[in-house]
Amino acid sequence: MNPNAYLVLSGIIFSIGAIGVLLRRNAIVAFMSVELMLNAANLAFVTGSRVWGTLDGQTAAFFVMVVAAAEVVVGLAIIITIFRTRNSASVDEASLLRW
Amino acid sequence: MIAAVIALPALSAAVLLSFGNRTNKFGPLLAIFASTGSFLIGLWHFLQMVARPAEERPALTTVYEWLAVPAAGFKINFALQLDQLSISFVLLITFVGTLIHIYSLGYMSHDENPRRFFAYLNLFVAAMLLLVLADNYLLLYVGWEGVGLASYLLIGFWQHKPTAAVAAKKAFVANRVGDFGLSLAIMTMFIVFGSVSFSDINSGIVGAPAWVSLTLGLLLLLAACGKSAQFPLQSWLLDAMEGPTPVSALIHAATMVTAGVYLIVRSASIFNASEIAQTAVVITGAISLLMGAIIGAAKDDIKKSLAGSTMSQIGYMVLAAGLGPIGYVFAILHLITHGFFKAVMFLGAGSIMHATNDNVDMRRYGGLPKVMFFTTITFFIGYLAIIGVPPFAGFYSKDHIIEAALSHSWWAGAAVLFGAGLTAFYMTRMMMMTFVSKSRWHDDVHPHESPLSMVLPMIVLSVGAATMGILLTRNHIFEHWLEPITGFVKPEPPLPIQTITTITLSVVAIGVLIGIWQNIKIAKVAPVKVSFVVKAARKDLYGDVLNETLLMRPGQGLTKSLNIFDNAVVDGFVNGLGLFVSGISARLRRSETGYVRSYAMSIVLGTALLIIALLMVRI
Repeated sequence: MNPNAYLVLSGIIFSIGAIGVLLRRNAIVAFMSVELMLNAANLAFVTGSRVWGTLDGQTAAFFVMVVAAAEVVVGLAIIITIFRTRNSASVDEASLLRW
Repeated sequence: MIAAVIALPALSAAVLLSFGNRTNKFGPLLAIFASTGSFLIGLWHFLQMVARPAEERPALTTVYEWLAVPAAGFKINFALQLDQLSISFVLLITFVGTLIHIYSLGYMSHDENPRRFFAYLNLFVAAMLLLVLADNYLLLYVGWEGVGLASYLLIGFWQHKPTAAVAAKKAFVANRVGDFGLSLAIMTMFIVFGSVSFSDINSGIVGAPAWVSLTLGLLLLLAACGKSAQFPLQSWLLDAMEGPTPVSALIHAATMVTAGVYLIVRSASIFNASEIAQTAVVITGAISLLMGAIIGAAKDDIKKSLAGSTMSQIGYMVLAAGLGPIGYVFAILHLITHGFFKAVMFLGAGSIMHATNDNVDMRRYGGLPKVMFFTTITFFIGYLAIIGVPPFAGFYSKDHIIEAALSHSWWAGAAVLFGAGLTAFYMTRMMMMTFVSKSRWHDDVHPHESPLSMVLPMIVLSVGAATMGILLTRNHIFEHWLEPITGFVKPEPPLPIQTITTITLSVVAIGVLIGIWQNIKIAKVAPVKVSFVVKAARKDLYGDVLNETLLMRPGQGLTKSLNIFDNAVVDGFVNGLGLFVSGISARLRRSETGYVRSYAMSIVLGTALLIIALLMVRI
């Protein structure tokens, strides 16, 4: 099997996610972009698993999913708390922790 | 057994200092007892020594092994050498010391803390005895430092007076310069000879190269200059008069300041081997004896005048010691007679101060014979002894030094002769101002004779000042006594002895006459319009000014410039480094914007860099 197409797709998705994190100010969108990056990584993992014929990549993908699920819980909680106090979901609003 | 001579006063000092106020009641008596005991033991040893034939007289007592490095073959014993020279000193120190202890009983009776005073006196006696009894230079050095410490403590005994505290510090610092010379000499001895004992040096110096004896001689001369207040380290002695008068009599007239003379005579073998060092000693002595006499002639403070006189008389001894085997015996002879007559005059000065509310200004004395009979008589005997009127002690010792100096060179002879005239002048001046002239007392002063405890030592010492010369020179007894230790060569002056004596006595008579003629009328306040010599002498011949310009100001300049260097360069570097770091960080922290996306950006860039680096490594 030729993994190139999968890996290129994974790279494209990852890039979209990264650019989204860097450019978007809405916390929810930035959050979704992070999820995109994680799933791009997952795609690369399962591709690798398929190419080598081992289960390591799939195991890693499961780990990523579990961590992502946990992250979503914490991340959304933070976002909601920020929204409640500031009435805004913009990540630029929460910039007090600086020089 | 001889160790007991040192141990007694040392123990007494230890008891008085460590048990403090509890010993106040019997402290002075204990100190006198210790000093007397020391004298009696010394006398006993002396009598035993006299009984033995001359070649068996020196005795070495090793108390214990003091320092030893077996691998280096280095061993120094705590050993005491009792010979004709050291027993002479032991007797002088303990005898005069005991008398001055007794005198202090009266003199310090009004003081707050005589116990501490007596403790220091005992400490001094112990250290001085160690100095003269040591059989090697290192042990001598211990005593040397010990007397320096005692001198410091006693000059500054009234430490609540700032002048006394400063004078004590000055004496200590000036002495330290001399001590530096002695310690260097000891190190040189150890390097060259591998030993510091007198006997090893004496035998080793014979075959040693010339530079060794020259170096050692000059270093020891420096040491002697510091301790004996000789030019150029003389300036501390006049200030040392801030101490209580018994201290001036014992330490700064009779004993400690003569330690330098002892050191030179004890190191006779070194000086005999180097003519240059000997000449340096003679020149030092000549300069000091003239300087001291000139200073003594201009001072109105009786103690400072006596201090100038002490410096001058020690100049005589140092000069005699520099003459070699023709002078060593006479240096010690003059040292002993000087110990008596100078002590009696200092005690007399103390007695007068005691009677006149501690006034030292001779311009406010006068007319004292009516009220202070014994003080006047004893002081007068001391006066006759110091100016060298026969048959008083100073005549014999000084006359011999003049003969020896004349047989050495014309200029040494001229210096001592001129010095004899000056001595006669300033001592006559002192007599005129203090006793002969009409009274010029302050209104509230009612002079009275001092108590018996003070008068008695003065009488005993004045008997010594009157008779010591005859006793010691009859049948050349002292020359034969010291000859086995110091060597003796009869001086052969270019003139007959009678002529020299006549010249000396005429010079003295001229000095006396000028002294009388100049001091018939004495102003209560020192005249301001005086010649430049008097002005200079009143300022100690600019000794302090010299020290200040040559040593103190350059030293201050050095410390100031070092301070500037420290502030500018060292601190500049350290502070600059700090400023640099804080400046950089002030700029760098701007990157902490608080925006999540900029942090994310740096993570992305960092990761990208990492990946590029990994890829490059793989290639």
